[in-house]
Amino acid sequence: MSEQFEPVIIGFTCNWCSYRAADAAGTARVKYAPNVRLIRLMCSGRLDPTFVIKALAGGADGVMISGCHPGDCHYIDQNYKALRRVLLLRRTLKGMGVEPERIKLVWASAAEGMQLAHEIDSFIEEVRKLGPLGWPKWNETDHGSQTIDDEQAPVAHGQEAEVTA
Amino acid sequence: MSDKPKFAMYWAASCGGCEIAVLNIHEKILEVDANFEVVFWPVAMDAKYHDVEAMEDGSILLTLFNGSIRSDENEHIANLLRRKSKILVAFGSCATEGCIPGLANLSPVSEIFDIAYHTVSTDNPNNIHPQTSFEVPEGTLTLPTLNPYIKTLAQVVDVDYFMPGCPPESHQIAAVIDLVIQVLQGKAQLPPKGSVIGAGNSTVCDECPRTRNVKQIKAFHRIQEVAPLDPTLCILEQGVPCNGPATRSGCDSRCPRVGAQCIGCYGPAEGVLDYGARLITAFASVIDAKEPAEIEAILDGIPDPTGQFYRFNLADSLLRTSTKAWKK
Repeated sequence: MSEQFEPVIIGFTCNWCSYRAADAAGTARVKYAPNVRLIRLMCSGRLDPTFVIKALAGGADGVMISGCHPGDCHYIDQNYKALRRVLLLRRTLKGMGVEPERIKLVWASAAEGMQLAHEIDSFIEEVRKLGPLGWPKWNETDHGSQTIDDEQAPVAHGQEAEVTA
Repeated sequence: MSDKPKFAMYWAASCGGCEIAVLNIHEKILEVDANFEVVFWPVAMDAKYHDVEAMEDGSILLTLFNGSIRSDENEHIANLLRRKSKILVAFGSCATEGCIPGLANLSPVSEIFDIAYHTVSTDNPNNIHPQTSFEVPEGTLTLPTLNPYIKTLAQVVDVDYFMPGCPPESHQIAAVIDLVIQVLQGKAQLPPKGSVIGAGNSTVCDECPRTRNVKQIKAFHRIQEVAPLDPTLCILEQGVPCNGPATRSGCDSRCPRVGAQCIGCYGPAEGVLDYGARLITAFASVIDAKEPAEIEAILDGIPDPTGQFYRFNLADSLLRTSTKAWKK
């Protein structure tokens, strides 16, 4: 059996729509891949980009943010704020080498359990294609305790010496 | 040897601005001399590393360490001064959060050397590339090795206090020196370990005298494109990216007061875990658009969001580097 890369996905859901959609999917026995760990927020507008960055820094390969359809926000227009944050966050992360496709925004109403399950499955496949993100665990390298594994140990200048003079 | 308490100041990967800021405390520098014996300060006096190595552990009372950790030499001196000092202060933006040198974390070291030695703006006909050790008839010459990425002082050693700013404002330095002298005289107590000193606990916006209304931004501009800027109105409100909302107070909003946007040199405000993320929140909240295409068009007005949001804080952010600095 060949080992398939199983991405770790953190999913932020809105209490009023997508969290209930995920719940509805469960009740209806709609299956979706177990790679996603759902976290309930009161609204997608509660999403601080810090959460997404912390997830990536902590080992997630992708982050899904879901909220009510445009115009349907329980708090009038906070999902538009989430939209703008995600678009700006994607641009910022791109500058740090993170593929924008690792951050996905999904609109799902409380009735759309099937659609949400489908979106989760397709996102997991997209991230699987991108491969592991594997951010180094910086805390473990602080104060001289260098424990980054050899796979991703960065090359210091001098190790790559090539004398051309 | 005098029995005055000992003082040291060191520069790692830095520009020297912090040392100038210290001298900018004017005649107060005489009080430093009256109260301390300066034992190590490469920019101001001649001293060798082996002089510091010969000192007793914990014998320096106060060390102001500026500059980020770029090379193994920086890291060695950081460890050495940690051992020799009772109070180690990460002094200035480079030592506390990486500052401008920290932006090098967006590139692998090989790329930095290529740009420095092998691009068209460099006159290097023999294609010379610096080596960390080189044999000459007299023996082996060595140079420090660059770490793969910039670290802050606290990522390398235990730090007692953090003093932000690029550079720290001179009146803040003077206040901190006053405090330490008062502590020596038994008139005051040191703040808890790990405190941010010489700065405020709020944001630059809180100290900014400009008028703030509900912000509805339709376009971002570079500051030279909106001349003349309204001198009384919030700069961000006028569409110029201003980092005040996430930046720690303490500079008396020096830049916005004179018509320039805050670029964030005082680092994250109290309680901010990731400086850039906080700015993304602030900027995205005030954009007045709901359609993805319109939002993207407005965001095009910030051509380098990574640089805008992490100009000073990259090395101390949650991600710290670009994938280019470590991914093979």
